[in-house]
Amino acid sequence: MAVEITQFLLAAQSADARVRIEAEANIRQFQEQNLPAFLLSLSVELANNEKPTESRTLAGLVLKNLLDAKDAGTKELLTRQWIAIDISIVSQIKDLLLRTLGSSVPEARHTSAQVIAKIASIDIPRKQWPDLIGSLLNNMTQRDNPAGLKQSTLEALGYVCEEISHQDLEQGEVNNVLTAVVQGMNLAENSPEVRLAATRALYNALDFAQTNFDTQMERDFIMKMVCETALSKEVQIRQAAFECLASIASRYYEVLEPYMQALFELTSNAIKGDEEGVALQAIEFWSSICDEEIELQEFEISDTGDSGPHSKFIEKALASLVPLLLETLLKQEEDLDQDDNIWNIAMAGGTCLQLVSMTVGDAILPLVMPFVEANIVKPDWHCREAATFAFGSVLEGPSTEKLSVLVHSGLDFLLRLMKDENNHVKDTTAWTLSRIFEFLHSPGSTVISSANLPRVVEILVEGTKDAPNVAEKVCWAIYHLSQGYEETCSSLFTPYVPGIVECLLSTASRADGDDSRLRSSAYESLNAVVRCSNLKETSQIIAQLLVVIMNKLGQTLELSSDDKEKQGDLQASFCGVLQVIIQKLTSDDGTKRFILEAADQIMLLFLRVFACRSSTVHEEAMLAIGALAYATGPGFEKYLPELYKYLEMGLQNFGEFQVCAITVGVVGDIFRALDEKALPYCDGIMSHLMKDLSSEALHRSVKPPIFSVFGDIGLAIGEHFEKYVPYAVQMMQGASELCARMDTSDEELMEYGNQLKCSIFEAYSGILQGFKDSKPEVMLPYAQHLLQFIELVLRDVNRDANVTKAAVSALGDLVDVLGLTIKPLFGDFAFFVGILQECLQTDDESLSETTAWAYAIMRRIMNQ
Amino acid sequence: MAPHDLRRAYKRPAISDQQRRRELALQRQEQARRDVQLQARRLASTLLSLPPEHEQPSEPEPESASESKESESDVEFDLRNASKLRGTEARKWFARQLMLPEWMIDVPNRLPHDWYVFARPSGKRCFVVSSDGATISRQRNGTVLHRFPSALPNGSRSRDGSGSAQSYSILDCIFHEMDQTYYVIDMVCWRGYSLFDCTAEFRFFWLSSKLGETGACEAPSHYHRYRFSLVPVHNCDHSGLYSAYAGAVPYVKDGLLFYNKHAHYQPGNTPLALVWKDESCSQYVIDTDNKGQVPSHQQVVLELQGDGNVTTSDDPPVVFGCLDSAFIQQSGLHSGCLLRFAIGDGGLSVVDGKLEKADLHYLGKSNRARAFADTYSKIMFQNMVRRSPLKIDDLVASINSPDDEGNRPVVPEVDMVG
Repeated sequence: MAVEITQFLLAAQSADARVRIEAEANIRQFQEQNLPAFLLSLSVELANNEKPTESRTLAGLVLKNLLDAKDAGTKELLTRQWIAIDISIVSQIKDLLLRTLGSSVPEARHTSAQVIAKIASIDIPRKQWPDLIGSLLNNMTQRDNPAGLKQSTLEALGYVCEEISHQDLEQGEVNNVLTAVVQGMNLAENSPEVRLAATRALYNALDFAQTNFDTQMERDFIMKMVCETALSKEVQIRQAAFECLASIASRYYEVLEPYMQALFELTSNAIKGDEEGVALQAIEFWSSICDEEIELQEFEISDTGDSGPHSKFIEKALASLVPLLLETLLKQEEDLDQDDNIWNIAMAGGTCLQLVSMTVGDAILPLVMPFVEANIVKPDWHCREAATFAFGSVLEGPSTEKLSVLVHSGLDFLLRLMKDENNHVKDTTAWTLSRIFEFLHSPGSTVISSANLPRVVEILVEGTKDAPNVAEKVCWAIYHLSQGYEETCSSLFTPYVPGIVECLLSTASRADGDDSRLRSSAYESLNAVVRCSNLKETSQIIAQLLVVIMNKLGQTLELSSDDKEKQGDLQASFCGVLQVIIQKLTSDDGTKRFILEAADQIMLLFLRVFACRSSTVHEEAMLAIGALAYATGPGFEKYLPELYKYLEMGLQNFGEFQVCAITVGVVGDIFRALDEKALPYCDGIMSHLMKDLSSEALHRSVKPPIFSVFGDIGLAIGEHFEKYVPYAVQMMQGASELCARMDTSDEELMEYGNQLKCSIFEAYSGILQGFKDSKPEVMLPYAQHLLQFIELVLRDVNRDANVTKAAVSALGDLVDVLGLTIKPLFGDFAFFVGILQECLQTDDESLSETTAWAYAIMRRIMNQ
Repeated sequence: MAPHDLRRAYKRPAISDQQRRRELALQRQEQARRDVQLQARRLASTLLSLPPEHEQPSEPEPESASESKESESDVEFDLRNASKLRGTEARKWFARQLMLPEWMIDVPNRLPHDWYVFARPSGKRCFVVSSDGATISRQRNGTVLHRFPSALPNGSRSRDGSGSAQSYSILDCIFHEMDQTYYVIDMVCWRGYSLFDCTAEFRFFWLSSKLGETGACEAPSHYHRYRFSLVPVHNCDHSGLYSAYAGAVPYVKDGLLFYNKHAHYQPGNTPLALVWKDESCSQYVIDTDNKGQVPSHQQVVLELQGDGNVTTSDDPPVVFGCLDSAFIQQSGLHSGCLLRFAIGDGGLSVVDGKLEKADLHYLGKSNRARAFADTYSKIMFQNMVRRSPLKIDDLVASINSPDDEGNRPVVPEVDMVG
């Protein structure tokens, strides 16, 4: 059945494009005509030691890509195809792959290990490859087996662990896998290649080791092996071992105590003197510890012990750890370009220092400030930059009182440092200023006062003209300076608004700002300035800015079509600014007219922005359209005929789920604005929403907003919702049942469950109220199910406050709309009354208000 | 395998402004959704959408003792607490809750099918609220008429066991001075169950079947100071109209009330309840002045608006004229003042059903007891009464009109309540 495909595979790698394309076509044709034979042929090719390495490797890659894909939909299709293949072919393929692990050609072995893991990810959970683990372990236990076989077997074990869940295996198998892996790390018995493979496999298998980490003896053994491996003489092995340690730090924080002394020594030596790759992992170990402790502190509510012990490792190591990290700050690289891919020891050390500061707060200041003061005046720019970075790093964590004192005395110095001769120093100084504004500049704070504001603004405006990397950081400083006035919209800021707006506009259009980052930072800062300025005092400027940005957006439509990316980026920035302006000017009846007068033109621009693309919807334009619908209210009707197709496009955009989510939100805005006037589009929109809900491919986070929008639509169109009820409510019921079955131990899932519950209740509330005056009886058949769901949710003593509110509202709406007719459906009436009385006692004002309302409604039927 | 990626955010803002915009947009949408839903709930049950209720049972306080508490209380009130309201807040609150009939200036269609008719007892229109072991009656302007024990649910402290201690009832009544009886013309709330959103048909049915059960219609006793009584309600066909107009009732009549069967209890002025009078069924057809005399010219009370217009109390208000600002200043008037005018010989000119011009003569500020300006329908009714009144014959003729005859159901309707 297998076919000779070597020449096609080689031709597919030819330098000659014509040959290549033809070969690819042939390969594809074979694949489409007979997939099982094709897969088998690929395995045969991969397994055959007589074949060229190039064709074998490519065969393996093609095979791998026919088993797995990033896209969930494709992956599901591939899985189904694989499952459908005849068992005899499948076992031939598996045998060939396992045999290849022993090949003398490293590339073939390695590729085979990857393919094995992909098949395992499909077949192990469905118990269709029971002897895989046994076969792999067998490779390890035969003492005479070649090192190459052991190496690739360990790789395969690691990859398999990465692909599947430990629940897919028996605990005995898990133990054997771990034993094999840890033994592979043994220095005395194995070659460096095997030990490296074993250490990397352990990294992937750590998640499997939960039971083993619970047992002290096994834990001690694993830790001993990892620590020994961290001292290997081969850099790669050391690095892999430290990688394991960093991962253990976050996975098994609670059992680390006994090993901390040893781990501190290992990591501090590595940070001080090891190769950068190793040192980076050693720093990451401490960053991971910080992550854990910060999380523990965030969830530290009572001493229930639920969240495990806080061992205060950072606090205990503080006096030695901080100096280590400060030293790393001095190891900056010369001419660091703004490449996102760079990650060096100074960056890792600085990041860790920020995390340490967040973990311990005030205690870090006495350890860091002497370093700052000593280095900030030194002639070597490395020292000045490190000092500034250190200062910037400790601005989050310590108390505002302590920091305010430091900032009061240091701000002036920092402002002067913005004129430093060195680009790096200015870059970091601007970053530090932006953090000062972010964490310390707020309505109650005196860090920025009318006395120093003029100078601060002057320096910042000046700074936007500096090198692009510095200017970008300055934009963020302006962003946070403005955000500090968000709550108060202080008049103090007003005199500077025109100047800042002007300077940000020119920064955005700088010729050397070809780096799109500076441009978008400038516009994002502009957003903050608009959002946080005092509307009464700046309405004229904002109205002028509206015109300027509309013009700029109009100009992007003229851009040549070969620079789609730049056009899209620019449009994103301008639509973002427009959204902020629309929302700002709409917030006051006096200034709303600016938007209403320009609404037609704005909408026309958005429609033309949409028209620039054929298959996707511009996310920012959609977001801005929601704001416009809110501003115009019923007047939005006239835009719908043109807009509708883009709404459809957005609702169908499963890939970019954010776009879909935003479109769903805009649909809600539109129905609220238009009520029944949106009816002509309702069939289409409802059918897309229901398709979205049924789709596996759509990110689940979009589904709760869809239910909420059902409520918006129900309330907007009232009795006209009747025809959708059977379908919509069925989906709501399905989702309720999903909530009821949800795994309560998974925090992330619970969070999602809460959103889902709230949205289901919102859907019921809107639909019920929509029917209230016309056809309440439509909802009668669904009352029982809803009531049961409400009861289920309210019986959960750990329920979320928002969920309670939504459930109580839905209960009130149900009784309000259906009245006495549903009284017989209440099983345990006293339970509901009790819950409502309990909710009345809450401190949450909006909950008690909602409850009082629902309670009054309930009492209508209580005594009847 | 390459070491796993451990780069972290470096000198980068934690969240992008786009993320912030998304979140702000979401917040705005959530707020808008809450507002719309809240509005729907408010519309649904005007009275019940009230702020947190405090569950501790409260003693009915003597009128004077609670005077000082008024200013501290929240702007909105629980229904049960409504019985304790005083002053302008109470006035406004009650004025908002009573359903006020418009005056009949033309005859509605389908009278026999869609309308009830009954003789309005002469007396003071009031809300009677029973709760927490006390009964309180309040007039349209909010002043307390009586505070007394009654046989209504929770209407006195002796009577227990008639439902939850928390429940309250609200009746729309007319207190008839002569026989010291509260004639119940509508039921707004019964044992905590709101009837606001029920049709008149249902409310009257409920009223006639529930009121009797309580013993409220029995003769006064120690725990039941005033008698309550039902008013005979008729379908507005020939015999119904005749009974209401000419039939004997134990009270003095003050005109006829017409209620649309399908209408909910709608607080404020409504065209779905109408009042009509003539000399033979009311002593008060034409308005009298302060001295009880019928003035030579019709007098009206209008409200002064900020722009100098003088308007009716309708929503939206109907403008009858405009005062110039010099005059307003000179007379010490301000927006919101209720002013009395006489309608001069120029009268009211109405074109296509819309008021074109009114010949107004300023008389002075209105009596302080007045809470509202006149409604448009009242002014027009009074105007017609003086010139060409709508007569009982017109009503009968309307019932007889062939249009209505044709729609009459084959099976004669049973008088549900009367």
